[in-house]
Amino acid sequence: MSAKAEKTPTRPGYYGPYGGRFVPETLIGPLDSLDAAWRQARNDPGFWEEIAGYLCDYVGRPSPLYLARRLTEKCGGAKIYLKREDLNHTGAHKVNNTLGQVLLARRLGKNRVIAETGAGMHGVATATMAALFGLECVVYMGSKDIERQAPNVARMHMLGAEVRSVSSGSATLKDAMNEALRDWVATVDNTFYVIGSVAGPHPYPEMVRDFQRVIGEEARRQIMDKEGRLPDLLIACVGGGSNAMGLFAPFLEDSAVRIRGVEAGGEGTDTPHHAATIGKGEVGVLHGSKSYLLQEPSGQVSEAHSISAGLDYPGVGPEHSWLNDTGRVEYVSVTDAQAIDACFELSRLEGILPALESSHAIADAIRVAAAMKPTEIIVVNLSGRGDKDLNTLLKAAPDRFQGGK
Amino acid sequence: MNEQQSNRLEKALGELKAGGRKALVIYLMAGDPDKGFTESLVPELAQAGADVVELGFPFSDPVADGPVIQAAATRAMASFRGLGDYLDLIARIRKKSSIPLVTMTYYNPIFRYGEEAFARDAVQAGLDGAIIPDLPVDEAGQWTDICGQAGLCPVLLDAPNSDEDHSRRIAAAARGFIYLVSLKGVTGTDQGLGENLAERVNRLRGFSDTPLVVGFGISTPEQARQVGAISDGVVVGSGAVSRIFSAPGPAEARRQVLDYVRALRAGLDSAV
Repeated sequence: MSAKAEKTPTRPGYYGPYGGRFVPETLIGPLDSLDAAWRQARNDPGFWEEIAGYLCDYVGRPSPLYLARRLTEKCGGAKIYLKREDLNHTGAHKVNNTLGQVLLARRLGKNRVIAETGAGMHGVATATMAALFGLECVVYMGSKDIERQAPNVARMHMLGAEVRSVSSGSATLKDAMNEALRDWVATVDNTFYVIGSVAGPHPYPEMVRDFQRVIGEEARRQIMDKEGRLPDLLIACVGGGSNAMGLFAPFLEDSAVRIRGVEAGGEGTDTPHHAATIGKGEVGVLHGSKSYLLQEPSGQVSEAHSISAGLDYPGVGPEHSWLNDTGRVEYVSVTDAQAIDACFELSRLEGILPALESSHAIADAIRVAAAMKPTEIIVVNLSGRGDKDLNTLLKAAPDRFQGGK
Repeated sequence: MNEQQSNRLEKALGELKAGGRKALVIYLMAGDPDKGFTESLVPELAQAGADVVELGFPFSDPVADGPVIQAAATRAMASFRGLGDYLDLIARIRKKSSIPLVTMTYYNPIFRYGEEAFARDAVQAGLDGAIIPDLPVDEAGQWTDICGQAGLCPVLLDAPNSDEDHSRRIAAAARGFIYLVSLKGVTGTDQGLGENLAERVNRLRGFSDTPLVVGFGISTPEQARQVGAISDGVVVGSGAVSRIFSAPGPAEARRQVLDYVRALRAGLDSAV
C-alpha cells in the first residue's frame, strides 16, 4: 500500500501499478489510434491554440480565483480562495475536457460521439460540444439517475442529444459506462467515446488530466498575482477525480504545497453506504484500468453511495491511487451531512451555491482552515454550481428551506 | 505439469482437427437458474454433441456481453458467494464428465482471488482453460505465464480489427484455442458474420497451429456450418442461454437446449 514513488508513469499508461488497458481486444486498435492522435495533437501548438480560443470566448475562461473573505473570517484561520469552475459555461469543470475530446474526435474524422453520465453534467457538457460542432451525440445514463436528474436530461434533449436509459446492474453511472463501452465496441469506426473523468483505459486518464490541467495552471498564475507565492494547501473533491487532477497536476512537483483529495463519505465510511474508494476500497479492475475499487471479497463491484451523484462511483482514476500510495496527496472523506452543511454555509456567507460534489471540498476546507495560520493560503476547487442539486437538497434537508435560519 | 504436456482441451481439439472434424463449444452461464441445473446439464451436452463446454462465472460489470448474457449473469449472481463456490461446482461436474471445461469470466474476480491461486485451484477442480474478455494480450503476459505453470490453457481473443502484430502475439500466447471474435460488438449480436473472417483465419494459420474457434453472433446451425467450413469450430452462447431462460421449466429448458445442440452439431458436421 505504500510503495514509494520513483517517477510516474512507470510505463506508458501506468501510474506505478495502476492504469493499463483492461478492455476487450476489439477496443485495443481504436485506443491505439486515439493514443497516436492524442500524442500528435498534444505536440501541436495549433491544437492548443484552438482549445484556448474556445475556452476564452465560449467557455468564459479564465475562471476567477476568488478570496472568500466571510468564509475565511468565520473559520478564523487560513485564507480560503475558491477556483470558480462553477462559472464556466455549462456550470462545471466538465466542459474543459469535452471541448478537448470533441476537437480530437473531429481530427479523427468521427461524426458521432457517445458519453456516460451520472448526475448529467458530463452528458450536458458533451451534448453542448456536439451541438457546437454538429456531431451526433448519444448519452448513456442509468435509469435511476434519469429519474433523479430530470432537468439535466431535458437539457441534453434541448441540445439535440439522445439520452439512452440503462437499467442493467445498479442502473447508475457505472452501468452507464458499461453500456457506453458496449456501444463503442460495436461502433468504433465512426464513433468517439468521450469519457468524463480521469478513468477508463489508457490514454483517457492522461488525456482528461491534461485537458483539465488548465484549472491548476490558471490557479497557479492567479495566486502568484494576488499573493506573490504558491498556496500552502489545495483541496478538491474526488469521484473519478478529474477536477482534482486538473487542479493538482501543475503543483505535484512543488513539495511545499500540501494536497488533499476529498472522497464522498456518504452515510459514514463505517457503514456500507459511501463512495470512499481510496479510503475503503481494495485494488481491482473496472472500466479498463487498475485502481482502488469498492468491491466485495468475491471481486464483484459494490454499489457506491453519495448524496452527490457526481461522486457516486465505485472506482477512481488510476493516477489518484498512485498519488495516494506515494503519499503525495492525502485522501480524506466528508459525509453527506457535512457536505450539506458546507453547501448552506457557502450559500449564506458568500452568495455562492456550490454543487454537492464541490461542497465536499468546501467542508474539508472549513474543517482544516481553523487550525492553520492566517498567513497561510488554501485553494479549493469549486468544481460546479449547485442549481442542479436543489431537488436533492429539498428532499434531504427540507427544514433548512424555511427562510432565514 | 509443464507446457509440453497437453490437457483435456488441447487433446480433444487436437484429435478433432486431426480427424477433420469441427469443434462445437457451448457456453452456459453457470448457476443459471441454479447450480443443480448446470451440474446435471453439462454431461448431457457432451452426449448431445458438444465438444467443449464454456461455463461463465457471473460478474457485476460484463462489458463484453450483450443483453442475453448480462441478464443471465444477474440471475446467476445469487448462485455463488465467489469463485470458490464456482470451482466446487466445476469439481462436481468433473466427477460426472470428462468433457473439456473452460471458464469465462472477467479479470477482477480472478485478480481478487489471486491469479496463481485461481489457476492452481481451477486445474485441481477440473477446468482446462480460461477466457477473460477484458484481459487483452498486452495485459496478459503474467497471466499466460501463470497458466503455463499451472497447466491451464489461456484462451485469448482475436478481434476483427486486431492488427498483424497483435494477432501474431495472440497466436503465440494462446493455448487450447484462439477465440476469433467474429464481429465488432458484444455477445449475442445478431447482424451476420464478419466479412473478413476467412482472411483472419488464414493470417492466424500462418502464425500458429493452435485451433481457431469463432464466436459472437453465431446462433443457427446454418451459421455453424458456414463458419465451420473455414475454421476449426464455433462457440454458441446466447442462443443456448436464451433457451434456458425462456423455457417454462427446467425439464423443458434441458430438452430445448439439448435439441438445439444436436441441431448445431448436425449443421457443423455438414461443413466437413
